[in-house]
Amino acid sequence: MQIELREHIAPWRIALAPVAAVAVSLLLGSILILWVGASVSEAYLLLVKGALGSSFALTETFTRSIPLIFTGLAAAIAFRARFYNIGGEGQLYCGALAATFFGTGLVTLPPLLMIPFLMLVGALAGGAALAVPVLLKTHLKVDEVVTTLLLNFVILLFVGYLLEGPWKDPMSMGWPQSESIIDEGVFPKLVDKSRLHFGLLFAVIGSVLCWAMMRFTVWGYEIRAVGHNPSAARFSGINVNATVIRTALISGGFAGLAGVSEVAGLKGYLTLDISPGFGYTGIAVAMLAQLHPMAVILSALFISMIYVGADSMSRAVNIPTYIADVLVGLSVLSILVSVMLTRYRLRWR
Amino acid sequence: MALLAFHHITKRFGSLIANNDITLSLESGEVLALLGENGAGKTTLMNILYGHYLADEGYIEVDGTPLPPGSTDAAIKAGIGMVHQHFTLAENLTVLENIMLGTESLWSLSQKQTAARKKLAQMSLDYGLAVAPDAPVSALSVGERQRVEILKALYRDARVLILDEPTAVLTPQEAESLFSTLESLTKRGFAIIFISHKLHEILRISDRVAVLRRGQIVGSVATADADRSSLAEMMVGRKVERPSLDPMATGKAVVRLEGVTLQNRNEVPTLDQISLTVHQHQIIGIAGVAGNGQSALADLLSGLSSPTKGTFELLGQAVTRASPADIVHRGVGRIPEDRHHSGVVGDMTLWENLVSEDLRVPPVSRGGFLIDQKACIKRAERLIEQFDIRCEGPEAETKLLSGGNMQKLILARALSPNPGFILANQPVRGLDEGAIAYVHGQLLAARERGAGILLISEDLDELFSLCDRIAVIYHGKLTRSFDAKSVTAGQLGLMMAGQDPGDIELPSEQTIEQAKASISDTLQDQGTKIHAD
Repeated sequence: MQIELREHIAPWRIALAPVAAVAVSLLLGSILILWVGASVSEAYLLLVKGALGSSFALTETFTRSIPLIFTGLAAAIAFRARFYNIGGEGQLYCGALAATFFGTGLVTLPPLLMIPFLMLVGALAGGAALAVPVLLKTHLKVDEVVTTLLLNFVILLFVGYLLEGPWKDPMSMGWPQSESIIDEGVFPKLVDKSRLHFGLLFAVIGSVLCWAMMRFTVWGYEIRAVGHNPSAARFSGINVNATVIRTALISGGFAGLAGVSEVAGLKGYLTLDISPGFGYTGIAVAMLAQLHPMAVILSALFISMIYVGADSMSRAVNIPTYIADVLVGLSVLSILVSVMLTRYRLRWR
Repeated sequence: MALLAFHHITKRFGSLIANNDITLSLESGEVLALLGENGAGKTTLMNILYGHYLADEGYIEVDGTPLPPGSTDAAIKAGIGMVHQHFTLAENLTVLENIMLGTESLWSLSQKQTAARKKLAQMSLDYGLAVAPDAPVSALSVGERQRVEILKALYRDARVLILDEPTAVLTPQEAESLFSTLESLTKRGFAIIFISHKLHEILRISDRVAVLRRGQIVGSVATADADRSSLAEMMVGRKVERPSLDPMATGKAVVRLEGVTLQNRNEVPTLDQISLTVHQHQIIGIAGVAGNGQSALADLLSGLSSPTKGTFELLGQAVTRASPADIVHRGVGRIPEDRHHSGVVGDMTLWENLVSEDLRVPPVSRGGFLIDQKACIKRAERLIEQFDIRCEGPEAETKLLSGGNMQKLILARALSPNPGFILANQPVRGLDEGAIAYVHGQLLAARERGAGILLISEDLDELFSLCDRIAVIYHGKLTRSFDAKSVTAGQLGLMMAGQDPGDIELPSEQTIEQAKASISDTLQDQGTKIHAD
């Protein structure tokens, strides 16, 4: 078998890659469903119904996609500059910490200012969580995958300490959770009697801003140049270290916003389980979107659909919810393979 | 009967025909030169012979028996030996170990070192290829390594030797010694295929020349009946004019290096106390075998590094910190050694690469932040037209360009702001004759306009045809520069091999114009001492 580079890549191939990847992952997933002994068509139908079949299901899917859009953007922009930020989870919690710290009574502003203020401090905290790994990378060439990944555990344990100790809400009946965000800081609901909040709007605005930055600004140009060919970028006068640091701060900021929106938009207070791994799933979201900021919205919706749908599917037929993790994992693997197949062709001899 | 014969070899890569119906034969005792521009199909043909590629049509015969296609083993067994341009030696092993490598079964527990040593000694004696069998390859010079490569092929009983651009890394003296080795081999009945695009070498060593153009043999002549211009014409398909260098009065100094030392991380100097002055209207050439400090010098002048010691003055102002952006804005145009590695971002568009050196300057961007795409594309269209870059348009991906057009893009970016100083590091490496003439023409035009140019090259021909003065770099040390009209290739070669210029009989000192220029410089900035240059 030989792998040959394609000289010209047809645009339809690039567009088709994620679709093909999703199809392949569903096909592979069906093997597992058969193995459990359930009917494949019924299982997938239940999954889709559970995710999109009612207004409740739909709002749940949208709600779940909000943090995924933010962490997806965080991964997408960092990966574009070849800065492999695996610490979205930790940065998310840093954003949540900042929102809780300032939002539970320390600062009181009218809602129109309070919400942007919480988002700002959350983004700053998320960025700050990446400051040490990125400086280690640019100045000492320490691998960022290791530092960002390990910081996740440090940050999570620190959140645990705060919630069990100084930040524990005395009225929480012993649960490790913080006091509530004051009313001025809580995101308004987007749809009445649902959990869907304004965070969705902010996430979409974030995607558009991110896309516009990549496409129309010097920063975006520098990120792409550094990601594709750092030595050529450096030669032509781009400050590679500054670009990587700036990109990392923006990336951490987006992950921090995911934390803010979960605390101030969804839960209203901080717990240790506000994120079931949104930081890590964001990487899958970004890969499936091929690092395109606008496609992140679609891929986040798709992945959140799988998670929400798998929950209700597993209640109806006897399939564990872990099928969702398997499907997401398979779709990431398939997208990697199909992206490779858009760039190369296989030839048998 | 021919020792080696290609019969109607055709090889296609998609729609590209790399080899088209090639029929060639080689007698024993003959040196066949394979001449052609880059991409003409020389390497493809040799890769088919050596079993790396399968020919779509045609076959190869050795001694009248067909060679099994697609098998390197079979090619080696049939007596084909390849000496690659980039050596394939294990540096940590000794000469003897390298030569034996791959000749013994993986499963044999004993090494037949004694027998191998005897055979090697006999070969060294027979062919006049002296090597120390127990020396580690890492301790050998480039010329010696090439000798080991040749011995490696002979050890496997090769009868046909293929040498792919063998002189690219050699000094003229080393090349001359290679040629006498080849002569002694052909006397013993070996056949040699010599791949090169250096015409004078081909005329010197070969018996017959086969010229390839666009995958086809366009001519096969006895070397005795050929000359430089006829071969060049055959290779390119039209008459090639060598650039001519009109003497010009030089202006004031644009770059002045004084005792510059550059250390790498291990504190080993990569540049050692070098001094150099480039004036307006002047091209100074840096000759030297690859890896003697050229990259360090280029990095310094490109703004990628700053001197550890010494002074670096650019257009009258000192440069103290390394910043490519700063260097560019002070008026330096840079042509990097490796287009793909540091010249362009292949995955970005042409227009993006054309504006990469002044991203934060209007009209490329507004407020140093918002890129004005319309203005950029307009500029790109102008440059594409002006520099004749063959492409689909400004929005095409840069990696789709051919080597020559990619180099034109880099020239357009570097030369269009009319820089006062131009650093050209191997500007024609890997280009075909047409593109080479274009690049040289652009450099000469820049000299005419008043730029000072530093040309780093491993090709003495190029240096002689373009440079006013030539200096030699060896182990990070730079000699003073010599008038290109009076210094000879032999003298430069001795310096490239490390001889002190003081020990070589050299042409007299600077020309009158040079003397005038340096005096007027001295008058301009009082207190600067006159430099040898």
